[in-house]
Amino acid sequence: MSDTKNLIGKDGDSVAHLVDFDTWQIVRLPTVQEEVKKQAGKVVQFKLTNAESATAEQVAGTQVPEGKVLLPLSVWLARKTEFAARVTAGEIGVWLEAHELVETLFESQPDLNVFPVIGVYIERFPDGRAYSTASLLRTRFGFRKELRAFGDVLRDQLFFLNRCGFSSFEIRADRSAEDALAAFKDFSEPYQAAVVVDQPLWRRHARV
Amino acid sequence: MYKYDEYDTRIVRERVAQYRDQTHRYLAGDLSDDEFRPLRLQNGLYIQRHAPMLRVAIPYGLLGSNQLRKLAHIAREYDRGYAHFSTRQNVQYNWPELPRVPDILAELASVEMHAIQTSGNCIRNITTDQFAGVAPDEVVDPRPLAEILRQWSTFHPEFALLPRKFKIAVSGTTNDRAVVQMHDIGLEFYRDAANDASSQLLIKVWVGGGLGRTPILGEVINAALPWQHALTYCEAILRTYNRWGRRDNSYKARIKILVKALGIEEFRRQVDAEWVHHKDGANTITQAELTRVAQHFDAPAYETLADGDAGFTDKLATDKAFANWVKRCVHAHKVSGYRAVTLSLKPTGIAPGDATAEQMDIVANFADQYSFSEVRVSHEQNLILADVKLADLYVLWQTARAAGLATPNIGLITDIICCPGGDFCSLANAKSIPIAEAIQRQFDDLDYQHDIGEMEINISGCMNACGHHHVGHIGVLGVDKDGSEWYQISIGGKQGNDASLGSVIGPSFAADEVAGVVQRLIDVYVENRTQEERFIDTVRRLGVAPFKTRVYADRQPARKEVANV
Repeated sequence: MSDTKNLIGKDGDSVAHLVDFDTWQIVRLPTVQEEVKKQAGKVVQFKLTNAESATAEQVAGTQVPEGKVLLPLSVWLARKTEFAARVTAGEIGVWLEAHELVETLFESQPDLNVFPVIGVYIERFPDGRAYSTASLLRTRFGFRKELRAFGDVLRDQLFFLNRCGFSSFEIRADRSAEDALAAFKDFSEPYQAAVVVDQPLWRRHARV
Repeated sequence: MYKYDEYDTRIVRERVAQYRDQTHRYLAGDLSDDEFRPLRLQNGLYIQRHAPMLRVAIPYGLLGSNQLRKLAHIAREYDRGYAHFSTRQNVQYNWPELPRVPDILAELASVEMHAIQTSGNCIRNITTDQFAGVAPDEVVDPRPLAEILRQWSTFHPEFALLPRKFKIAVSGTTNDRAVVQMHDIGLEFYRDAANDASSQLLIKVWVGGGLGRTPILGEVINAALPWQHALTYCEAILRTYNRWGRRDNSYKARIKILVKALGIEEFRRQVDAEWVHHKDGANTITQAELTRVAQHFDAPAYETLADGDAGFTDKLATDKAFANWVKRCVHAHKVSGYRAVTLSLKPTGIAPGDATAEQMDIVANFADQYSFSEVRVSHEQNLILADVKLADLYVLWQTARAAGLATPNIGLITDIICCPGGDFCSLANAKSIPIAEAIQRQFDDLDYQHDIGEMEINISGCMNACGHHHVGHIGVLGVDKDGSEWYQISIGGKQGNDASLGSVIGPSFAADEVAGVVQRLIDVYVENRTQEERFIDTVRRLGVAPFKTRVYADRQPARKEVANV
């Protein structure tokens, strides 16, 4: 399993590295036939923020295996009592879609650090909502554990994803995680404060 | 002007290396078109009708003479010997080769320039008043804050992939020339006590303005924001927009649609709720940082001069052509004995905003000789020398005239704002440059232009409104009807403190009719104006009806019915 993960770890200021061993399984909702929606003649690619993510049937029909699992937010919300013991055992994480609100997760579980991993699924890389989700998790909701980006995760977005607080990156399967490691060195001294590098350049260094 | 330190230099160099690698991977087939598109766009590179188009950032429109020479050099070496100054104070090359763009960026980096975030769904170049620092009506020089905003927005990790593009303008004058109301965010500086330079500096924050398909003027979201909070407040606005802006339909993705949908009160409530968490955070601007950046914009070493010059006065009285130029192209200055000069890039027959490499070199020389080695670009697509001595104006005018840079038409009917249009841009529905030229030819007589007086004609080749047609006194919009090019005319638009959006007068026209339509609009104005009334004032007083009646006089449906009887 770990061979197929294509996973990079980079926590805070640590050096980005390939993760050889990872046992987290991402639990998916059963797929349903969705009608193709169009706006202005184009197929709609992005769900509206806070739009419904799954039907009750999908949630009920989701199979959750043994071991360490990342649950879809909708499954967690509807079925969390089932998983109480596994949460205590550190086997449960949750993943959000880019259009889902971190506040929804927080309301159901005020101490987010019971989750060893929270994931954010980036269906299409131009969807910049994931960056705000990560920033909020780190700065407002106190989440200190692993924050993983997966889906359409590509090298040229890694620097920004990392600065917003993501600490692991499952690179899209057809691209090399090893090649992508270089992206963390794209810029050495960013201008503005963000989650990682939390002071602006002019507070970090004396400038002329 | 702002000089890079080691950190700024490092960031643009790292950017060149990053983009060189991205281009390399694209050409090697390791990046798909879809994956490369946002990367190249964030670097100002469009794929256009004939070739890629590269847009280079000119932060808040300010250029050093060495930078302008570099732009001329790039025009010669990498393009076809000219460049186009845009309505967002940037410069565009129409014919670069994609594989050579990294080399162009390296050339730019060598003179402290870049193409970062000149396109794409991110925070774009910060724009301001072309007379910043010299305008008599200036409350505060907006450029230090514009530079602080530039640095903060450059590679901001959270706001690189917004629902849509995001434009910020900064103004520090009582008469707005930065068009703050048509930006996603407009920041308007003022002093708490109007005439007290020591009173607190505040910002009136406008949000949700923009032209394009759905033109909307911005609304005030915060009437009195202390300047220290400019960045954190913008972050609160941007995060709210990034999370809630529509991504399902790119035509409804600008922040103006979100603000309209929520209403300004609800949008303000959400932003303020977000801002609580940012306020007084690390991005709060300190006085020390403002002072550090502001010293880059200290006034140059002005001489102490009387506000009069015998030679200048004499030439003004004896040389009518010079006097005409002074009337239109020379502007008041806050320092005695100095004036700001606009070099017109709007001679008849040249695409508005275009300058040849030779002209750029000449302007760079002017800057060195007469204006402390600085040049500004205006959003009206002209070049400005901001600090010229009265005594130098005549000789400057003579040389500028020989170089085709002294057309005395600033603010007149031939000083047309115009996008590149269908001749170059793949988004355009219709050509815009030939329309500008036809209007310029129609009104070529300079005395007539002066008689018509202040007039702004703005032309866009499509809905995206790069030519700002909605805020032209006369606006011309290229539209596509069954595959042919038509032009919709609006009147009554205006930029400035009393900004307004124009009203469409009726069905659109063929290309060869537009100049005639403009002529009829002018005729109605000239016949009806009161003394000292500008075209825009007459339109506002009379409304659209009399103009519409005249323009459509020989194509009224009513007339046809009469003919049929």
